[in-house]
Amino acid sequence: MILQEQYLLNLASKGERIDKRKPDEYRKIVVEKDVIEKAEGSARVKIGETEVLVGIKMDTGEPYPDKPDDGVMIVGAEFSPVASPGFETGPPKEDAIELARVVDRGIREAGTIDTKKLCIKKGEKVWLVNIDIHVLNHSGNLIDAAALAAVTALWNAKMPELKGEKINYEKRTKKLPVKSKPITITFARIGESLFTDPNLDEENVMDMRLSVAVKDDDNICALQKGGIGTLSLEEIGKVLEAAIKKSKVIRKTIK
Amino acid sequence: MKRLNSRKPGELRPVVVKAGVIEQADGSALVSLGRTTAIAAVYGPAILHPRRLQLSDKTFLRTVYAMAPFSTTERVRPGHSRRSTEICMVTRHSLEPALFLEENPKAGISVYIDILQADSGTRTAGINAASVALADAGISMRDLVASVAVGKVDGEYFLDLEGKEEDVTKCDIPVAYMPRSKKVTLLQMDGDISAKEVKELVNLAVKGCEILYEKQKQALKERWSLK
Repeated sequence: MILQEQYLLNLASKGERIDKRKPDEYRKIVVEKDVIEKAEGSARVKIGETEVLVGIKMDTGEPYPDKPDDGVMIVGAEFSPVASPGFETGPPKEDAIELARVVDRGIREAGTIDTKKLCIKKGEKVWLVNIDIHVLNHSGNLIDAAALAAVTALWNAKMPELKGEKINYEKRTKKLPVKSKPITITFARIGESLFTDPNLDEENVMDMRLSVAVKDDDNICALQKGGIGTLSLEEIGKVLEAAIKKSKVIRKTIK
Repeated sequence: MKRLNSRKPGELRPVVVKAGVIEQADGSALVSLGRTTAIAAVYGPAILHPRRLQLSDKTFLRTVYAMAPFSTTERVRPGHSRRSTEICMVTRHSLEPALFLEENPKAGISVYIDILQADSGTRTAGINAASVALADAGISMRDLVASVAVGKVDGEYFLDLEGKEEDVTKCDIPVAYMPRSKKVTLLQMDGDISAKEVKELVNLAVKGCEILYEKQKQALKERWSLK
């Protein structure tokens, strides 16, 4: 482990990475949509060996009192023990909660779902959109993979039909009202170098990561620093710029 | 929009920092910014139980953030929420860079933060208090950590959002900063602004942190009767 760390740090000091990628290069991205028939929307995203599945399930319920005519979105994340020797069963731990909350912030602040169109009866009944992140293989950079899968699933989700009180999940015709495609880009710092899309080896030795959610119009809609390292003001500027550039490329993978 | 309590855009709320407020704790501090009040207590370094948490190369830092049930308009249900779990984590990440945790392997330092009253900026107030409490406990530190949130209301940059300002801001960016090393240790954001605005706002937050840093030092000097 210590040998590996030294090796990665040595490489990083030359601006090189363990898998020969450029500092701003992603692993191969594969996006598949509609992979779970029972779900209203779904997507599987692979970034290198990392694999994340997101499913959308809808239901009706009460709106929040301060937003009586807005639909409600809820993001959850499950780190299934299938996905890594480090994951255990039981309630979500810190990292799963962080993943769900970071993905939530990106989608929410970008106004991805047009929640106003999800109102059934003001103050009483609205659509609830459950976005569940299921990690299938953890090989680093879960945040970017989960965010991409969530947005893809939302853009392809179809709403079940509502007849009186009953929801007919068999009949899904209307598309879920969506507006924007926020893309989350994560940079990790190893030594003095900043690398995007850290793989698991890199995540194990990074001291800090910064995730940036970028909207279609290049505005920033969410930030999250992770890890115990620090950031200089110059580094923040550099990451923001690089993230905006990269987001344009990644956005094209959403079908 | 005019600021509440006729504050200037780049002005902090009235700040109170006090070190040594809990007799039982190894170190403690109270920080209030306007109506937001955080109290932090530090216990340790001490032998860590349960032993499975012990780390062979450094001290285990435990940070616990909790809001008092009566701290907000709507009662807060006691116990952990997803929000508080995330805040515990980012608080730990904000403080750890300032500590020499490698000094005492297998030991544990516990930092408990209670929010007595919440009127925006509770995580940042908690970090300010925790940092002073750690210093008050005599734990060796590279730097203090100061923290404040910034936002943008009607096109103007506001330092240290309070209460209703938080409902109308275009963004909310909590920042923690080590003033001597000039490094950011907490950076989160939600909102909708350009990258240029993010940078300018973070700069404003850093200025706020520098003011808070002076108050933190002052509180420690008063507590230990240093001039």
